[in-house]
Amino acid sequence: MSAPASLVVTDLRTRFGSDRVGATVVDGVTFTLLPGRTTALVGESGCGKSATALSLMRLIDKPGRIIGGSVTLNGRDLLGLSESEMEQVRGAAIGMIFQDPLTSLNPALTIGQQIVETLQAHRPMSRADADRTAIDLLTRVGVTDAARRIGDYPHHFSGGMRQRVLIAAAISCSPSVIIADEPTTALDVTVQAKILRLLHDLQGAMGASLLLITHDLGVVASMADEVLVMYAGRIVERADVDTLFHDPRHPYTKALLACVAGIEDDRSVPLEPIGGSAPDLWNPPVGCRFAPRCPVVQDVCRSQDQPLRRISAEHEAACILVEEDRMHG
Amino acid sequence: MGAFLARRLAGVIPVIFGVSIVIFMLIQLAPGDAATVLLGPQASEAAKIELRHTLGLDQPLVSQYVVWLARTLSGNFGTSIATQLPVATLVVPRFLNTLILTFGSLVLAVAIGYAIGLFAGLRSHSLFDRLSMSLALLAGSAPPFWLGLILVLLFAIQLRWLPVSGMQDMAGNGGWLDVLHHLVLPSVTTALGPAAIMARIVRSSVIEALGRSHVRVARAKGLSRATLIRRHVILNALPPIVTITGLQLGYLLGGALLTEVVFAWPGLGALLYDSITARDLPVIQATTLLIALAFVLANIAVDLINAALDPRLREA
Repeated sequence: MSAPASLVVTDLRTRFGSDRVGATVVDGVTFTLLPGRTTALVGESGCGKSATALSLMRLIDKPGRIIGGSVTLNGRDLLGLSESEMEQVRGAAIGMIFQDPLTSLNPALTIGQQIVETLQAHRPMSRADADRTAIDLLTRVGVTDAARRIGDYPHHFSGGMRQRVLIAAAISCSPSVIIADEPTTALDVTVQAKILRLLHDLQGAMGASLLLITHDLGVVASMADEVLVMYAGRIVERADVDTLFHDPRHPYTKALLACVAGIEDDRSVPLEPIGGSAPDLWNPPVGCRFAPRCPVVQDVCRSQDQPLRRISAEHEAACILVEEDRMHG
Repeated sequence: MGAFLARRLAGVIPVIFGVSIVIFMLIQLAPGDAATVLLGPQASEAAKIELRHTLGLDQPLVSQYVVWLARTLSGNFGTSIATQLPVATLVVPRFLNTLILTFGSLVLAVAIGYAIGLFAGLRSHSLFDRLSMSLALLAGSAPPFWLGLILVLLFAIQLRWLPVSGMQDMAGNGGWLDVLHHLVLPSVTTALGPAAIMARIVRSSVIEALGRSHVRVARAKGLSRATLIRRHVILNALPPIVTITGLQLGYLLGGALLTEVVFAWPGLGALLYDSITARDLPVIQATTLLIALAFVLANIAVDLINAALDPRLREA
């Protein structure tokens, strides 16, 4: 923990709807991103992963809004910035990559224009310089013959190539934080691996923090240094990647890992789906939100929130069993 | 782009050919007989036969069409039956007058429709949006001839701000200012309907474009709101807007008929109305052909603009 954190998120809360009727989709999320490190945010669809990412960028659309907490980027409180100050942060200090490269590029603008517009929004730069920089960036993300392709439109590019272009735009201003929201979900498996490797290499070279949002535990295992497990708007477990896979403490994390097929698994034992379904955030259960689905639920879990409990400096889980393990262990 | 234009223009020829057949046939299908209309019910059968022979109406349909087409292609639209003047000298100045009215209406419709649609779309479900869309519905459903009469009653007869009808003052020395003064009421009358339609289309395409994924990506790039709206919202919202504008232009060119009649604007619509009443076949044919041609050309213009906006169309 020697390097200062690039991004500190504390008790972030984002809500859709009104004070009385609504859903708090991000509910007290706290984490820290360190330079040069990859933090994976995992969880099922609808658990608040993307809402967390969009909240960091302050891109939550109405009727959603951030109702509490703080987001500090290199010592600067982002939630207190004006909209125009925030525009200077987006794309410059934080670069974001989205899920679907097929719809993420403007079909009416060339590839070059879409990289140049990011550069020119943040740097005083002539068009010729911006063009040169865009060609360098495209070459860096693995687009061959970039000088010629800069004038091509998105429909000339495959999905994987479009994601490379979007990555080039996202890193164009050397951000200290890169947020990748399911960057490979829409791509073929062979392309997925290449894009992930590219992200990993770029992040390493730039020394940036990478927040990788995914539901794919295989991606987590190969990419992440630290893992945050999210369930129903809350972080239920935080651990370094080895600990998470070998010593998961939250029943939800355990259940999530049990859903993954390994190549050496005995196929006569079926995969274990998680019973029940994710809670309705418009009407969340009292107490631990995983309690209705939890195989080891206790009475107290149904009445009291379970905060994150410290297991070691690198490991926390929001489960009462952490206390019991401690007493018996 | 050149190849695209050539291809589109080549596509016009069969369309115009088809239109000419339809126009020719429609007039044949219409009940009544030009000779009877021209000579009156008391005319002798011999006189009618002679007139039909002079006009070529006793020839087989196909040869009538070929003669008409050959003549029309060589620029000769024939002679008006009612006025005995060459059709071209009747139609061309009327067409220019209609162009003036069309231009005035289009400028108004675009200015009002685009501005309201854009603001309503960018702030959808706001008070302005709901108010302006209700007004658009009202304006769009008001029949132009009724609207024209109401406007005349209010601004020309009660307030006496604007002239009742015509294109120029009888006593005045003309000039473009006088024309402009006369242009206000008829162009407002014809513009309101198209403006309402454009406002609704602009609003819905802006809303649609705002919701696209690449707009969120552009916001994540930190673009200013103005750049975002110009490059990522409006640019992508334009194709349906251009299309509806082209259709409305076609409608204005040919369909301002009732407005022209109400305001005694000496345009193509008023001429068509008169020539239909008089069963003046050569004039009806020339007028409808001209309107159809204008409509087709407006649509080509739309295709060209859309191809310039969307690279995928250019290559298709």
